[in-house]
Amino acid sequence: MRDVAFWVLAVVAVAGGVAVFRVGSMARATFALLGSLVAVGLALLLLGLEYLGYVIILMMVMEMLVMAVFMVMYMMNPAGLMPMRMTHNARWAASVAGAVFVLLATGTFLLPEPVRHGRPPADPTRALGLAIMGPKMLVMMIIGVAILATMVSSVVLSVNRRHPGRGC
Amino acid sequence: MGLHAFLLLACALFSVGLYGVLSQQSIVMLMMGLELMINGLLAAAGAFWYHVAPASADGQVLVLVAVTVMALEMVMGFAVTTAIFRAREIDMTDEAEDLRG
Repeated sequence: MRDVAFWVLAVVAVAGGVAVFRVGSMARATFALLGSLVAVGLALLLLGLEYLGYVIILMMVMEMLVMAVFMVMYMMNPAGLMPMRMTHNARWAASVAGAVFVLLATGTFLLPEPVRHGRPPADPTRALGLAIMGPKMLVMMIIGVAILATMVSSVVLSVNRRHPGRGC
Repeated sequence: MGLHAFLLLACALFSVGLYGVLSQQSIVMLMMGLELMINGLLAAAGAFWYHVAPASADGQVLVLVAVTVMALEMVMGFAVTTAIFRAREIDMTDEAEDLRG
């Protein structure tokens, strides 16, 4: 049953990913990407990663909504009223992507199944919480500084230099 | 639902994202390709945690880092798009090729 659910989610994730670059409008592309991201979040739920699965789903829903707003701001044809074709070197890009897929997939199947060390804890969320508040706290501190740096630099980059103080 | 199945999913997502990054002209569509590539990384990291070392939380921490990178990448991408749009009114990569060598 879990296998069937996984393969359905895998097909949805990849089909959503392909649809991002095939559909005719930016808004549809955003929702196709959202479908792909949510399918991966649900696949992580199948592994018992409840916290991370829900975090991915909630974060990506918000992220894609923000993306939709930016799309309406910047893009021509956000609603797909005219057919959209915005690619360069599509054939070359497709052959590179195909070659990378064949390479990675071959590597995946050539490697032997790794040995499993230990068993999943009864509550993986508790294990994650204890790790990031204990031995992995440096990771969280660096993430915190990176988020702060990103906030500062995004404000600096997007401020209006021609009319400082006007905002937009 | 073994490790190989998850890694195959990750390979497929990564490759589709790579196609988008290489082929799209719009900066926002290019960022969608990057998000898809990191999406593949999420699937692979979760599977590695479950199938290789579930006793330690390292794999979970890696997923957490990748999710944060995804959000930060999008924020910086939109900030750069806003800056370049303000400076030159463009939103396509082909129009910003000053460094082309």
